[in-house]
Order: sequence, then structure tokens, then C-alpha cells
Amino acid sequence: MHPVFSGYIYPNEYELHWGLLIVIYPYLTGLVAGAFILASLNRTFNVKVLEPVYRLALLTALSFLIVAPLPLFSHLGHPERALEMLWTPHIGSAMAMFGFVYAWYLLMVLLLEIWFDYRKDIVIYSQEKKGVAKYFYRILTLGATDISEEALRFDDRAGKFITIIGIPSAFLLHGYVGFIFGSVKANPWWSSVLMPIVFLFSAIVSGIAMVFLLHMITDMFRWKTPNMACLNKLAEFLLYAMLIDFSLEMLDFIHRLYESEESIHILGDLIQNRLFLSLIISQIVVGTLTPILGIIVARFGNLPDEMRRMMYFLSTILVQVGIFSTRWNVVVGGQLFSKSLRGLTMYKVQVLGLEGILMCIFLLVLPFIILYTFIKILPPWPHAETK
Amino acid sequence: MIKESTSMTRREFLEICLKSFPLFVFFPTFWIDELLAFDAETYDPTKHNYAMGIDIDKCIGCGRCVAACKIENDVPKEQEYFRTWVERYVVSTDGETQVDSPNGGIDGFPVLNSDETILKSFFVPKLCNHCSNPPCVQVCPVGATFKSRDGVVLIDEKYCVGCRYCIQACPYGARYMHPEKHVADKCTMCYHRITKGKLPACVEVCPTKARIFGELGQQSSPILRFLRFNDTRTLKSELNTKPKIFYAGADGEVR
Repeated sequence: MHPVFSGYIYPNEYELHWGLLIVIYPYLTGLVAGAFILASLNRTFNVKVLEPVYRLALLTALSFLIVAPLPLFSHLGHPERALEMLWTPHIGSAMAMFGFVYAWYLLMVLLLEIWFDYRKDIVIYSQEKKGVAKYFYRILTLGATDISEEALRFDDRAGKFITIIGIPSAFLLHGYVGFIFGSVKANPWWSSVLMPIVFLFSAIVSGIAMVFLLHMITDMFRWKTPNMACLNKLAEFLLYAMLIDFSLEMLDFIHRLYESEESIHILGDLIQNRLFLSLIISQIVVGTLTPILGIIVARFGNLPDEMRRMMYFLSTILVQVGIFSTRWNVVVGGQLFSKSLRGLTMYKVQVLGLEGILMCIFLLVLPFIILYTFIKILPPWPHAETK
Repeated sequence: MIKESTSMTRREFLEICLKSFPLFVFFPTFWIDELLAFDAETYDPTKHNYAMGIDIDKCIGCGRCVAACKIENDVPKEQEYFRTWVERYVVSTDGETQVDSPNGGIDGFPVLNSDETILKSFFVPKLCNHCSNPPCVQVCPVGATFKSRDGVVLIDEKYCVGCRYCIQACPYGARYMHPEKHVADKCTMCYHRITKGKLPACVEVCPTKARIFGELGQQSSPILRFLRFNDTRTLKSELNTKPKIFYAGADGEVR
């Protein structure tokens, strides 16, 4: 009757409850948190060489953050009741905090930081531009048109202060997403105290890789030769984050294997029969080990810049494949075995419909469209380049 | 004037009675039922603490409980949705355990081939464990699933947002997403019946009295007798969910 299911599963488990949309959700929030942390490296920790990607990282974070709640809304059985989570939250629920964490991060961190950072530019645009654009930028100034030395110093100080608040907020945002999964004690694949930390570091990896990639692509389309010092620094940070992330995941894996609890047999079956392609091949070999090797060779090998850039480019794409697989393996993987620990279930991906592949592609492309719009409105390049 | 409007003469009273007589004659009986169900109005949930016992040795796997539950609670007929179901465990002499539950056991079970390698087999009815420390209630973002004061875990279907977090959090697979209502659904212990002093449908129809329903706080309750005279255990007790479905004679393999 259900030939694709093996062993015994509880009757209510034939339907898999969190599908592709919920895979996309942690992937998007991870990119937000990672991109912001990258931006803060420049601002708070004064890594001056990363200056060229600072604004791009902020805009990337904002674009992905805007799309992040969409998969959640589309997934709800009653989307019209979604705001009940804000009006009448159940305080004890990890999920109920999403709205507050999200609102805090969007309103108090990202929008404010971007506004303070761009305020001078916005004021200048509102004076230079003509027609509708002039009024549009004038509205964006929110009436604060003072660009005297003193006012700009205040902007800088405010921006720095927000970044300092922003780092723990970014940690909170994605650590929190990890907690949603890690705190489900009914599910041995999810239930791990390391989950929020693994999520956080994988977020940093994905965010840095995404901004890295976007930086190279935008430079390519603007016919600019990328700043190699900046790229090399990005590669270093990406490498460090990947090494930490991979070590944490291996620690989790070895810990489970060594403890060898009741669930170890079914989890072993899960990896061998259901997740071999997405975990061993896609996440570990293609998405982690290959790019780590690629970045090490490109960064520390004696290669011409052109070759180096190409290797960085390919590696950052592979990292995205790896991190998406990680999300898939956590979210879908955690539902591919029965809580009776006696059988494996199945997930059939649909093409059409709210949970379908087309919808997911749309949700993954949408942030780039939004980012393109943002870049047009608020060019993230240094002033000289824009002109 | 005031006296006139509030008092009634004997003659007036008899007149009104006579005039309203046809109303009583044609009064639909279900209305009377409603009126007599005055108890429901005075039902005090704080005075109850419901629980259920399952006597594994008595269950014959006939699946009547599953069928009764589906009918009583309008559970979707498809075989992916159950508020209660029955599992069959077959333990072989080499210690291997096979479990099955074809269509939730609603039509009974296929006959086992007589085989000397079978050590034992038994049936295990399953349902929501109505935990005292329910993980589903903890994770619900809007509080749509809650523990009632009489110890039953319920879902407010007019409030559930359908995020399915509770389904993920339930270690027993007791919850499903209702395909038409798009909210989480599960066993309510037939709350509409028990608050009127009736038994849950599954308990009512069980031909062997394998399901024992009662109240933990009442000395005369069958559940206390069941707990007193049987070695019982709860499922997945290591998760500290504190279930209120107690199993007698359940092998350690049951989870």
C-alpha cells in the first residue's frame, strides 16, 4: 500500500508536516544573520579591508529578511490567524517569539543601521535628483537633512552603537531558529543542545559566502576588478567559519555515535537509506570539504588572481549548495523516520502548489529581486564609483 | 401600578397555563434533553482528573475502538488520520520485534502464519496520552492547544493557526493535521461525552474491557482499581511527559 515506507511508522506519520517551505525558512534567516555579522566585522571590529562589502552585506541581509517570514506564512493552515502569535502569544512557546525577534531585528537593527549609514547619501540624492525621485529621497530622509560634520559624526556613532546591539541580535535570530528544532525532545535527530550553535555558525558561513558571491557578481557586471585584499580577507573569514561549523557538526555526530542511545539504529538507517545523497554527498563532500579545500588552495596557493577569483566563485556557490542541504537534512531529515523508531517515512516534493518547487524557487529568487531594487535606490558602492 | 405588573391572579395563571399547553405538546424532545442536561451547566472541571488504563492482555485487536472513534468524532476516513489506533507486536524467539497496524487496526489484523519462531504477540491500543507535562501545549505559539482543568489536552480549532509545531513535538504520533479544517486534531477523550458522565466511545464499545476509563481523584473510580491491581507503565516516560494513559502488561518494546 505504501511501498516507499519501510518498517513500522505511526499511522499519523504518513503525512510529512514540514516540507520545502520550512527548509527555506532557516536558509533565509541564516543568510540574514551571516550577512549582518559580516557587515559588523567591518564596523565594530574595524576590519577596514572589508569596507567594499559593508553596505552590500547590509542590503543583502535586509532583502533576505523581508522574504524570510513568507515561507512561514504560506505554510500555515490558517495564515489569516498568523498575527495571533503577536497579539496573544503563548509565552512558553519558542515559535511564538518569532514575531518579536523578527520585528526587533528588522526595525531596531537593520533598518536603523542602514538609515544612519545612508542618511548622508539620501540627503544628497534628495538635493541632486529630479522629479519623483527627489521627493522619494526626501521622504527617506525622514526630515533629517542636516549633513554637517557634527550630524555625520552622530550618524557614525549611532551606526556603531546599533551594530554592537546588532551582533547579539543576529546571534539571537539564528540561534533562536536552531532552538525551535533543538528543543523538540520528541525528535532525536533534532533534540540537541548544539543545534542553535551549529545553526549559528552555518548561518555565518552561508551569509559570508553569499555576500562574497554577490560582491564578485556585482563587480563583474560593473566591469570593476575586484579588490583582491578584500576577497582574500573574505575567504579567510569564510574558511574559519566553515572549519568551526564543520567541527561542531562532527562533534554532534561523534557524540551521538558514542552515546549510542536507543535512536542510534534508526538514525543510522536514516543516513544510509534516506539522507546519503543530501547529507554525505551534497552537504559534506560537495558543500563542505570541496569548498574548504578550494578556498585553502585559492587563498594560500601560489595562483594568479584570475584563477583565485574563479576558485572563490565556485567555492562560494558550493557552500550555498552545502548549507541548503544542511537545512534540508535537518528539517526534512528529522521527519523521515518514525517516532516509533521502527521505520522510515518518505517525502515527495511537489512541483506546483504552495509547498511546491516552483513556489520555493520564487521565494529563493525574490530576495535577489528585492536586493536589485535596493541597490538601484541605495547604491552600496563608494561615492566615487557611483558617479 | 407596580403591584399590578408584577403579581398575577390565580385565574390569570391558569389561563396562561392553558394557553401554553400546545407548546408543551409539540415541544421537540431534544429540547427537553437540552433542558435536562442541566448538569453540563453545573459541571465543575476542577473536580475531575481523567485518565485511562489499557489492559494489554485483554485487547484482542478487533479494532472496534478505532471504528467507534472515527464515527463518534468525525475523524477523516482516510488511513492517515487516527485519534486512536491499535498496533500489533510480534516478538520472535531471537528477540526481534515486528510491529504493524494496517489501517490503524480498524478492520482487525491479518492472521499470522503459525510459526515456531514467534515467541509472543500482543495488541497495543494507542491514543493521545493526555500528558500532565504536555510538550504539544508547551510549543503551541498561540495557546490553541491547552490542558483543561480536568486534565484533558484539548485543541481550540477556532484558534489554531495550523503551524504543526505541536505535531512535531508529540512523541507519540497522536496528532494529525485535519485535511478539511486545516488545524491540528487528536483524541479529546470524547470530551463532549465524559463531561456528561458518559464513557469515551472507544471505552464504551470495547468488547473485552481492555480500556478502563476513570478519574484519578476518586477512590471508587475503575481506573484506581486498575492501577492498584496491575503493574502499569506509561510510554516514553524518559521524556518526562507524565502521560495519563497507563498500560498494564505492555512489553518494554512498546513505545
